[in-house]
Amino acid sequence: MRLLSRKATCNSHGQDSSYFLGWQEYEKRPYDAVRNPTGIIQMGLAENQLSFDLLESWLAANPDAASFRRDGESIFRELALFQDYHGLPAFKKTLAEFMSEIRGNKVSFDPTNLVLTAGATSANETLIFCLAEAGEAFLLPTPYYPGFDRDLKWRTGAEIVPIECHSSNGFKITQAALDDAYESARKRNLRVKGVLITNPSNPLGTTMTKEELNLLLNFVNAKDIHLISDEIYSGTVFKAPGFISVMEVLHDKKLENTDVWNRVHIVYSLSKDLGLPGFRVGAIYSNNDTVVAAATKMSSFGLVSSQTQYLLSALLSDKNFTKNYIKENQKRLRRGHEMLVNGLRNVGIECLQSNAGLFCWVDMRHLMRSNTFEGEMEIWKKILYDVGLNISAGGSCHCSEPGWFRVCFANITEDTLNLSMQRLKNFVISLNSSSSQSHHQRMNNSRRRSLTKWVLRLSFNDRAPEER
Amino acid sequence: MAVGIEKPPVGLSRVAISQTHGENSPYFAGWKAYDENPYDEIKNPSGVIQMGLAENQVSFDLIEEYLKQHPETSTGGDHNSNFRENALFQDYHGLPSFRKALASFMGQIRVGRAKFDPDRVVLTAGATAANELLTFILADPGDALLIPTPYYPGFDRDLRWRTGVKIVPIHCNSSNNFQVTRQALEEAYNSAKAMNVRVRGVLITNPSNPLGATVQRQVLEDILDFVTKKNIHLVSDEIYSGSTFSSSEFVSVAEILEARNYREAERVHIVYSLSKDLGLPGFRVGTIYSYNDKVMTTARRMSSFSLVSSQTQQLLATMLSDKKFTENYIRTNRERLRKRYDMIIEGLKKAGIECLKGNAGLFCWMNLGPFLDKPTRESELVLWSSIVHEVKLNISPGCSCHCSEPGWFRVCFANMSEQTLEVALKRIHDFIKKQR
Repeated sequence: MRLLSRKATCNSHGQDSSYFLGWQEYEKRPYDAVRNPTGIIQMGLAENQLSFDLLESWLAANPDAASFRRDGESIFRELALFQDYHGLPAFKKTLAEFMSEIRGNKVSFDPTNLVLTAGATSANETLIFCLAEAGEAFLLPTPYYPGFDRDLKWRTGAEIVPIECHSSNGFKITQAALDDAYESARKRNLRVKGVLITNPSNPLGTTMTKEELNLLLNFVNAKDIHLISDEIYSGTVFKAPGFISVMEVLHDKKLENTDVWNRVHIVYSLSKDLGLPGFRVGAIYSNNDTVVAAATKMSSFGLVSSQTQYLLSALLSDKNFTKNYIKENQKRLRRGHEMLVNGLRNVGIECLQSNAGLFCWVDMRHLMRSNTFEGEMEIWKKILYDVGLNISAGGSCHCSEPGWFRVCFANITEDTLNLSMQRLKNFVISLNSSSSQSHHQRMNNSRRRSLTKWVLRLSFNDRAPEER
Repeated sequence: MAVGIEKPPVGLSRVAISQTHGENSPYFAGWKAYDENPYDEIKNPSGVIQMGLAENQVSFDLIEEYLKQHPETSTGGDHNSNFRENALFQDYHGLPSFRKALASFMGQIRVGRAKFDPDRVVLTAGATAANELLTFILADPGDALLIPTPYYPGFDRDLRWRTGVKIVPIHCNSSNNFQVTRQALEEAYNSAKAMNVRVRGVLITNPSNPLGATVQRQVLEDILDFVTKKNIHLVSDEIYSGSTFSSSEFVSVAEILEARNYREAERVHIVYSLSKDLGLPGFRVGTIYSYNDKVMTTARRMSSFSLVSSQTQQLLATMLSDKKFTENYIRTNRERLRKRYDMIIEGLKKAGIECLKGNAGLFCWMNLGPFLDKPTRESELVLWSSIVHEVKLNISPGCSCHCSEPGWFRVCFANMSEQTLEVALKRIHDFIKKQR
């Protein structure tokens, strides 16, 4: 008899994808300015390391928060015993206020509709447990965060069906793409329970337009399904156009107390905006009482440490701090983004125009020897092993077009970023010199690109799931 | 136990609307009574005393003293670690220094009779997460785990709700102090088979909740032989291991495995947590210690859904690495729990109430069988209702723990001051006097 469950022996944890392979390689010889200057530079990790000094100085000025003290009194016991899945009231209040502040106070959040979870990883999985099961699916626009394959499908048994987006319109969601995805699910005998978007997008780094959000709301309304909006990068919008939360659109369209109001759920976390992934602070926000009730009970399986809830409630209640942090953090992200975009442009590499996130969506189609995912992997491997940069290949993000890569900029210093651009420059030069004879071929390729794209789409769908 | 499956309203999953989370069970009325009228020594001396919460509040002063003497513990540990590094640390392997300290702590509790390899320690947000995670790994939906009764009511939710796995009880009774017998194991296994349900493992809690007693060595050997024979798993939830009143009386399955040279160890998995022994349920620190590499690797990956806050890992790594502190804590905690236990047993005896002979945990298993109208579950619930609403003590009825014999109740004693315990004992004394 098979000794472990199917879940334990399947590959749905997704750890065989290149996303994790690059990570592993980095772990073997990580770059260090002093100790390993030729090591691999980690540009595949969407972490925000640009604003720690702001947090550190707040902590130094407010030692009570980390020392289990409130107004000079020890509250150690209270915190040590606090395991109520409704969460520390003071923390939920300040978290709701922070979420509102990030949205320019255009929407307000009711703390009683907030459910705390151990990170957005847990929040997303919990929501899917509440909304879908085996035989059912959520539609996700591509490209999407590789971790979703594990987070949304592994233990829940639910499926993901992609909403294919293309560079021809900046990877925006279209009605046709939504309809195609819905039809594709139907053909696979999967009942669609909802759409999950990440806004701002990972890996694109773009915020959703009002048009897209309207399109989505109309779609989920018409199909009687849910909409999950993962807004964990909402605080990283550093440039116009600003961030429009789906909650804002619902308000503007006066959709409170309608059916669709009960089917829109937001996921948030402090891992990206505050740069605290280790603290495991995630949240689900929903106007649907049943979802909030079920998710609250489920959060028992991933509660946030009371020690951490208390520290962060103190931090976030300091409105001077939050106001300054949000502004300064965005400024630094803008700068890092500019550096990366300009650095890439200098070597003839363009990025998708973006205004948010901790990364850029980089176009390296012209560097590929063939316009295929094999060609993309070839570049990716060269960049990993020869150039020494761990970046994320679009294929691992389920992008339907080969040649796109996600490159992170917020987890390294400016010096390291400069070095990475230097290395890339040398690489591109060497590529150009060795392949000048195939320049003619590349010209032909670009003309045939639209045909190839169509052909690729067919063959891509034919592949077994784990090969994507 | 059957979950009613109806058409979900507004497009939610069956899991979301099922009742398997168990929170609508009758005994939650006890919690409600407490919430509405909580006892306070000064402000509400006639309120309901909470004796249904297995918390350890007797040794906080030791931890508070430690933190006072070592203030750097909460703010960032030694000079090598710093806030930035800690805030970024989300590696599901867990903080190495914390794993080392935890493995060592687990070994200390077993007085060196078993050793734990830090690299096998998988961290989860509490034992609640650990137990669910293991169930996801060891069983498929529709399969079953065998669990000796009476058992912790939370298992109904933790092991069944989202996993779709069933629990089949191994019936135990007072004739032999509720110890698991070979016959009971076979009967449980066969009853699962008769329902066409595939058994994937046995899950025991040692020391037992709600019995407050350690599992005897011979019984552990029998259970290990049984799971080997049936080629299934054994999960040993040892979260009360540090709460044994005498360190020599607890036998961990780890010791048995060591004595057997780890033969057949790949089917054994231990769950531990700091919620009971250290009294830190709010910090969400649990662990799975599996002797099976595949289970360990899978559990580690799955722990992504319930990681322990790195801030908490750092704090506890520092504290638990201090051997002087841990040795003193473990020893003192045991002594204080024993003292509480003796106090409650004595007090109940004076009232004419017998308890199961216990040697561990934060509660005693009280026998009110002689005071039931009829030896039935209904009678037990009627008596329980009086105790909650008239005597104003929230205790846990045996039926909530799936006990097959009516009349038993779990009474917690470590979550209150000695004064409060005196008040509770007096109330029981007066109540029983009235019954006679």
